[in-house]
Amino acid sequence: MKCDGIPSGCAISGLMSEEGRRIDGSVVIKSIACMHDRSNGLGGGFAAYGIYPKRKDMYAFHMMFDNMKAKENTEEFFKNYFNVDKDEAIPTRRQKGVTNPPILWRYFLEVPENKLEFQSERDYVTKTVMKINSDIEGSFVASSGKNMGAFKGVGYPEDIGEFYKLEEYSAYIWTSHGRFPTNTPGWWGGAHPFTLLDWSVVHNGEISSYGINKRYLEMFGYKLELRTDTEVIAYLFDLLVRKHKLPVEKAVQALAATFWKDIDRMEPEQKKVATALRQVYGSTLLNGPFSIILGHSRGMIGLNDRIKLRPMTAARKDDMLYMASEESAIREIAPDLDEVWSPRAGTPVFGKLRPEVE
Amino acid sequence: MESQLPAEFIVNVDHERCRKCKRCVMNCSFSAIEFKDKVIPNNKQCVACHRCATFCPENAITITENPLDYKDSYNWSPEIRKNILKQAESGGIILTGMGNPKPYPIYWDHMLIDACQVTNPSIDPLREPMELRTYLGAKPESLEFEGDGSNISLKTELAPQVKLDIPIVFAAMSYGAISLNAHKALAMAAKRMGTLMNTGEGGLHEDLAGYTDRIIVQVASGRFGVTSKYLNNSALVEIKIGQGAKPGIGGHLPGEKVGEDISKTRMIPVGTDALSPAPHHDIYSIEDLSQLIYAIKETTDYKKPVSVKIAAVHNVAAIASGIVRAGADIVMIDGFRGGTGAAPMIIRDHVGIPIELALAAVDERLRQEGIRNRASILVGGSIRQSADVVKAIALGADACVIGTASLIAMGCRVCQKCYTGNCAWGIATQKPELVRRLNPELAADRLCNLLTAWGHEIQEVLGSLGINAIESLRGSRERLRGVGLNQEALDILGIKHAGIGQ
Repeated sequence: MKCDGIPSGCAISGLMSEEGRRIDGSVVIKSIACMHDRSNGLGGGFAAYGIYPKRKDMYAFHMMFDNMKAKENTEEFFKNYFNVDKDEAIPTRRQKGVTNPPILWRYFLEVPENKLEFQSERDYVTKTVMKINSDIEGSFVASSGKNMGAFKGVGYPEDIGEFYKLEEYSAYIWTSHGRFPTNTPGWWGGAHPFTLLDWSVVHNGEISSYGINKRYLEMFGYKLELRTDTEVIAYLFDLLVRKHKLPVEKAVQALAATFWKDIDRMEPEQKKVATALRQVYGSTLLNGPFSIILGHSRGMIGLNDRIKLRPMTAARKDDMLYMASEESAIREIAPDLDEVWSPRAGTPVFGKLRPEVE
Repeated sequence: MESQLPAEFIVNVDHERCRKCKRCVMNCSFSAIEFKDKVIPNNKQCVACHRCATFCPENAITITENPLDYKDSYNWSPEIRKNILKQAESGGIILTGMGNPKPYPIYWDHMLIDACQVTNPSIDPLREPMELRTYLGAKPESLEFEGDGSNISLKTELAPQVKLDIPIVFAAMSYGAISLNAHKALAMAAKRMGTLMNTGEGGLHEDLAGYTDRIIVQVASGRFGVTSKYLNNSALVEIKIGQGAKPGIGGHLPGEKVGEDISKTRMIPVGTDALSPAPHHDIYSIEDLSQLIYAIKETTDYKKPVSVKIAAVHNVAAIASGIVRAGADIVMIDGFRGGTGAAPMIIRDHVGIPIELALAAVDERLRQEGIRNRASILVGGSIRQSADVVKAIALGADACVIGTASLIAMGCRVCQKCYTGNCAWGIATQKPELVRRLNPELAADRLCNLLTAWGHEIQEVLGSLGINAIESLRGSRERLRGVGLNQEALDILGIKHAGIGQ
């Protein structure tokens, strides 16, 4: 199939099997490669769910270190904060177009019982991630979830995928990103996906409300260190869904809020909910152009800004859900589809792992 | 004692053009124009209110500053010399009206707003929705839902919220300080524009009964006109602790202004001075304030948000935090440039701090304490134009309050003589023949036009910022840059200097 890409900034592509079937990484690489012209070689990355079944109950920390000193300091830190079950280099190969990688290492961690007297395990892990990113010079957490991982760096996404040997991993959710950075410098930590615990975000666009989203998150103890607007999306989902326990649909409605003109026409109960969401969560509204794919351990959510200033196409085939910046990137890996559609502005697309799938 | 003070202004009458219609004589409420065969100005009485010039059918009148020069001294400015002369003649405190006119730095004019280019598209407010709607009131930290699937309902009960269609409300100006016609105009405009007017401390005249859902009723230290009916006939209730133009001091409406109607509204005898004590005599500390807040909430069955208005003073952030913790749903901060009907000049011109800095400090403090959601922030004290509103909201305000700007819209020329009761425009006066000059309907139209214009301007700015809801601007200081400010001011405002990117 011929790949007709339209030159434009940033590409995202995601796929999942709702039955939990594992798919190897070469598929997602092929899809994102199709949108080569949407990136400029300054960032590419992938998130994969279900890749560490043997250690699925441990936090898999994918780390980036600028130097050995940073690695040593971080390992000292891990010793104090976690039980380290295993650590190893993240396998890579030499790849044209990928230069100067940092030291890439992964750690499988458990939280010692005695650390959890006054806080939940996930709050504890969140705090350690914030601490490493802000306090340990030259050390960066690329991902910190269970049975998942982020693989990212500076380069075109297809080269980054080859570099990380993603064909050797199999996952039930893959998301990917090709970057055309404008506002923030191209550096390894700054590539997408952005993650926290098992949340991962790939994002095409710019969050024009970043200033207030950031200040709002800081009120709840989040530290935004990455000099990029995308991290607020991951943290907002973490805050709304994990900490405030909003149903995911309601969290999405807060982030891409319904217009007042539509709220005013709703039935009373719906109207009450929509109004309260805007009153209470006004500072979480993501304003400005975006299309995002959010990954988490039980599924994948695609979302556009509320006037759809960035492209996104979704498609289904059997138990597979696909989402991408361009239809061509989906057709490239699944030419024959049951259903293809352009999600409406501000209307989420949910991919959910079937309840019976562990 | 014969006054040695020279006239401030010279009224120039072009006798060639004048056709002796005497309209100027009838219109001048300061006795600055007489008619003796021809129009004769009495320059010493002129306050430059422009009433005569505006209504002269021949455009025969101009008013100029008295060019009388003083021997130059940077230190002994003409104004200081004139004030000394005044006090040497009177032995009194110098009274004045309206806001601080001194050339203190205006921080609004040292902040610039961002706009989109290339990477994020700007939005055209003529073609896309551009939302200004704002709710005032305490918000919970989070929402709780019950049920699942398609059957999700809200479990959290929100505190009362007041809807504003535009984040600009009319400032507290009492019936007494301003006329009933001015009050009516503000109430009509507030209703039409989906915003609020504020009674000030003078009670609520019965003619405004039809507007109560758009009225903030004030409870000040004089407690004028406060009854349970008054508190319940409102959109929200405001406890006035202080006023930007005169922090720390009370108010005094002279007995000659207390006619039949004001006496009834304020619930005081005709002809008596209406004195507002400097403090509330039942609030000598924060816990007393909390009692009053909850007394009002009990009286209104927890259906009205309670606001507490304070003047911006040095320790404003800590005070505001205390007010929020004391149970207020709204904190209204009035900057040192805020207007007044009457204040001692020494207080108006030398006490308090700029609203820009006060607002930035309060918003930041409430965020640091994790209680910003527990109260809305209203700010006033010289919001002059829609750009000031945009900047205030970006610094963290929920909405702005306009007093002087709304008076100017109705005809005020900022002559600063409100305290004389001679307002030629029928605004700051109780004299029936002057009050009659202000047509409430026409004044309301002018107020609506002003808000409509500002609303469009705010929408233009939002569009250029690439956002389509006011809440995405609120507190987004990243979209402001300072020019010509020192590092300390930038730090307090929480903004970067122009030229610095992300």
